[in-house]
Amino acid sequence: MLDIVRCILARDLLLAVRRRSDVATALLFFVIVASLFPLGIGAEPNLLRAIAPGVIWVAALLSTMLSLGRLFAADYADGTLEQLALGAAPLGVVVAAKGIAHWLVSGLPLVLIAPLLALQYDLAQSLYGVLALSLLLGTPVLSMIGAIGAALTLGVRGGGVLLALLVLPLYVPVLIMGAGSVEMAAAGLEPDGQLLILGALLAFTAAFAPWASAAALRISLE
Amino acid sequence: MNTAVRWFWFASPHTFFPLAGTIARVCALLAVPLGVAGLYVGFVVAPTDAQQGEVYRIIFIHVPAAWMSMFLYLVMAFWAALGLAFNTRLSAMMAQALAPTGALFTFIALWTGALWGKPTWGAYWVWDARLTSELILLFLYFGFMSLHASIDDPRRADRAAALLAIVGAVNVPIIYYSVQWWNTLHQGASVSFTKAPSMAATMFLGMMLMALAFWLYSIAVAMVRVRCLIRERE
Repeated sequence: MLDIVRCILARDLLLAVRRRSDVATALLFFVIVASLFPLGIGAEPNLLRAIAPGVIWVAALLSTMLSLGRLFAADYADGTLEQLALGAAPLGVVVAAKGIAHWLVSGLPLVLIAPLLALQYDLAQSLYGVLALSLLLGTPVLSMIGAIGAALTLGVRGGGVLLALLVLPLYVPVLIMGAGSVEMAAAGLEPDGQLLILGALLAFTAAFAPWASAAALRISLE
Repeated sequence: MNTAVRWFWFASPHTFFPLAGTIARVCALLAVPLGVAGLYVGFVVAPTDAQQGEVYRIIFIHVPAAWMSMFLYLVMAFWAALGLAFNTRLSAMMAQALAPTGALFTFIALWTGALWGKPTWGAYWVWDARLTSELILLFLYFGFMSLHASIDDPRRADRAAALLAIVGAVNVPIIYYSVQWWNTLHQGASVSFTKAPSMAATMFLGMMLMALAFWLYSIAVAMVRVRCLIRERE
């Protein structure tokens, strides 16, 4: 079982390394979206400090969503996905491995670059840790839930926009808890509650979302 | 075995088609007098509220619509799950037939809520927990309908949309509680549902009549829509 995970992980990461620009685009999108907000609403430091957690989290949401299309599309187009579905390995495990690979490529960089954006927004340095931790717990959930949407919209007309409509409402709890934890810490309170709920969401989606995605893939591959 | 056969007898679209017509007619005929009676009780008989005046009368439409919006999503997810489990064509058609009615009631609940909010709260929209989760519910309905509409093969569309409905149904309580918590965090908007201390019996009667009328209307409309779907597909 672990061999399958390792194999798919290595393959997807290798593919991502070979197509570096795809990874960079989603990351740049994250930075650009976050940089647009001060231009739109003015550079008042207090205002920026107040909106920073929300803006960074919304940008992370959109950036993750943008890269979801890549999750299955290439494998679907060249028939690899069909072979994986026919293979002996449980499709749920395959999907989980692909989800982890997707997170390593598009979620983890967001976690690492988020403190830089926090710097732009003049967020207190004591909050960097909470921000990074909330993203570390939250972005895998985004990848896992997003995989369901990506599998459902595979080969569907207007897939990109439809994917946003399907996935963004399901992202609401993660956004609330993620941005909430940073705001909580900014207010001088313990952010443990929100972070623990983010952890619970992660455990819940890690257990169930891959099977839902696998079911969705089977429907799309019919 | 015999009971199992009975259960699935009406699962065939062909045997269900005439029954759906009868149910639609009966429900529609009952919904009209109940709706008229409910509106009469609500707008004429029920006393004016001591705190809110005449404005409160919108709850006779607002509250039943909000009930239906949430309940219909669960019914839709139930039929979707049944269709996915037993691969029955009719279950998926039921889910598809219910979605527009559910979205309509969600929209009505939001719209009437805004009309009630302006004179009472002083704003058409506040980020109250219930309003926000109702809005997200509307997005979930739209997602279900758009996914179904954008897949050409109806059987594949049924199954994909069914899976989405189930995922959504699992998420509805999570969304509801997270939104509630989020709202208590933001104490800035200190608006709460100022309920009348005790509800007069006529108010309750009016609301129940309207809720019943909405129920029957939903059933009738869903049946008519299912008949259209059967005609279209079979």
